[in-house]
Amino acid sequence: MTMTATPLNTAETKLALPGHQGLKLEEKLLFDQSREGSYGVDLPTLKGTTSRTGQPVRETVGLPEVSEPQVVRHFVRLSQMNYSIDGGLFPLGSCTMKHNPRLNEKLARLPGFAALHPMQPDSTTQGALELVHTLENWLAELCGLPGITLAPAAGAHGELTGMLVIKKAIEARNETRPIVLVSDSAHGTNPATARTCGFDIVSVPSGDDGLVDYDAFAELVDKHGKDIAAFMVTNPNTCGRFEKDVTRIADKLHSVGAYFYCDGANFNAIVGKVRPGDLGVDVMQFNLHKTFSTPHGGGGPGCGPVGVTEELKKFLPIPKVQKDGDTFKLVTDCPHSIGRIKAFHGHFGMMVRALAYMMSHGADGLQRVAEDAVLNANYMLHHLKGTFNVPFKGYCMHECLLTDKHLKDKHVSTLDIAKGLIEYGYHPMTVYFPLVVSGAMLIEPTETESKQSLDEFINTMKHLAHLAETKGEDTFKQFPLSTPRRRLDEVKAARQPILKWEKPE
Amino acid sequence: MADAPVHLKYTTDHEWVELNGDIATIGITAYAQESLGDLVFVELPEVGITITSGDDFAVVESVKAASEVYTPVSGEVTETNEELGDSPEMINENPYTDGWIAKVKLSDKSELDEMMTAEEYQEYINQLEA
Repeated sequence: MTMTATPLNTAETKLALPGHQGLKLEEKLLFDQSREGSYGVDLPTLKGTTSRTGQPVRETVGLPEVSEPQVVRHFVRLSQMNYSIDGGLFPLGSCTMKHNPRLNEKLARLPGFAALHPMQPDSTTQGALELVHTLENWLAELCGLPGITLAPAAGAHGELTGMLVIKKAIEARNETRPIVLVSDSAHGTNPATARTCGFDIVSVPSGDDGLVDYDAFAELVDKHGKDIAAFMVTNPNTCGRFEKDVTRIADKLHSVGAYFYCDGANFNAIVGKVRPGDLGVDVMQFNLHKTFSTPHGGGGPGCGPVGVTEELKKFLPIPKVQKDGDTFKLVTDCPHSIGRIKAFHGHFGMMVRALAYMMSHGADGLQRVAEDAVLNANYMLHHLKGTFNVPFKGYCMHECLLTDKHLKDKHVSTLDIAKGLIEYGYHPMTVYFPLVVSGAMLIEPTETESKQSLDEFINTMKHLAHLAETKGEDTFKQFPLSTPRRRLDEVKAARQPILKWEKPE
Repeated sequence: MADAPVHLKYTTDHEWVELNGDIATIGITAYAQESLGDLVFVELPEVGITITSGDDFAVVESVKAASEVYTPVSGEVTETNEELGDSPEMINENPYTDGWIAKVKLSDKSELDEMMTAEEYQEYINQLEA
């Protein structure tokens, strides 16, 4: 196939930048702004030279000396340097960076929620407990698995919780199953989680279509049989594909008594459409901060609830919320539970936001979320497939996967395209992931982007491809041009990292 | 890219093996290092451990990805290339010589018979690139 970049209408066409100039600020470290004698707070003069614990008082603790306006400006400027979903399209694949509706924020700030203390007696927190209980029911309904815990702090923590539940269930059966199968397109956290739980990893290869190679999978199940504890797969997977053999995979696993773990990080593509529990999945984690729009990636903590089958319910972590008539209570006396995995009750503020998101969308609205997310990704795929190489034929799910294959002869790589995007005011897409695809560019626009916003991004990508064809590597190796820091030496940063500020001599 | 030296044997996972008596030296190929990009970290196996053909016994990490290195031969690890700890770039610069990873005392020399010759490996890469 010959790849040619689609030129813009005229060579002089000025690209509509998304208006994000944040990456172009320069800001010194607070330490470098320090001036002796500056301070923001008047403190009383120290009396004596020993502290109340009898230790000598230190002359200085080496903190920067700055005034209050300096501190405020420093952190506001830093926040302006941070590319955020509130500032522009954030196309990171496998991350679902969608808009966080302000209604969620308003509700999370209600004093009855925001000012709660986790050690208040249950009788004073009935509303909060009901909220947790209601959210659990919604999640159970959406994933088709009856047991839910909201305790895990984020997606990978949810994975860990899910795999600990599986480990405990296997121990309760008096079995030893040392092996966990993991698909080679999985999120890196999948094998890491299994290893943390003490399992040995056996990798399941993908086929040419980017899906689990069922025959290779079945062969591994036959080979390892009752040594297999579980199979971990991300579905939809990191190639942006739905695993079409998912029910056959479940049946095959269950035939040897193994569990089926589904990483639900990409649940946004199927929410309200497919229930993983109906497909034979035994355990899955949600990323509330992705699918149900709670701020993440520096914007706030995550929340990684886990759904499990009826059989596995008793192993879920404590505390659990129980409904007794019209009242709710926290229960910790659960002898089969894996125990606590998080202080108190998890990230409650995220639960408020997620439930607000669900209730304001309703069941039909959540279906539309999945439909529009998939539509937007396919719109992008359709408009970029003539310009960039597409490794897998056919429609994608919620993210579209491109590669730099056709740009190789111009010596322009995926990294160069990413740097070019920075120059044009965008946060780059996910690059070089999934690992099974060479030079991968994984773009997830999410349902919150308008057609206009998608078109702007598509035009920028086409413009970059056109530059690659016409100007080649000499232009690209310069990118980004207008940022305070130009092309960073990532290799040197990794080989000789400077992790600590040193006072200049 | 440097041609694959003819005196070495190759795997489909892009490792090479050089045989000297019953000692096999293992490294990764020029194609592997070029695909990974500049290496920033190499995790070496412990000297003295026994490894079996197919085991992952080392990790090479670049700014793009971390990748396992699989041994195509079985035996005892007798020596590792400690210099890679400070200078992982040696694999990028000279993958077939200074960039070797480990030496293994072979328990079954016939395992090398199943590996590819330089010519076969070159053809295999051409297919991957197609």
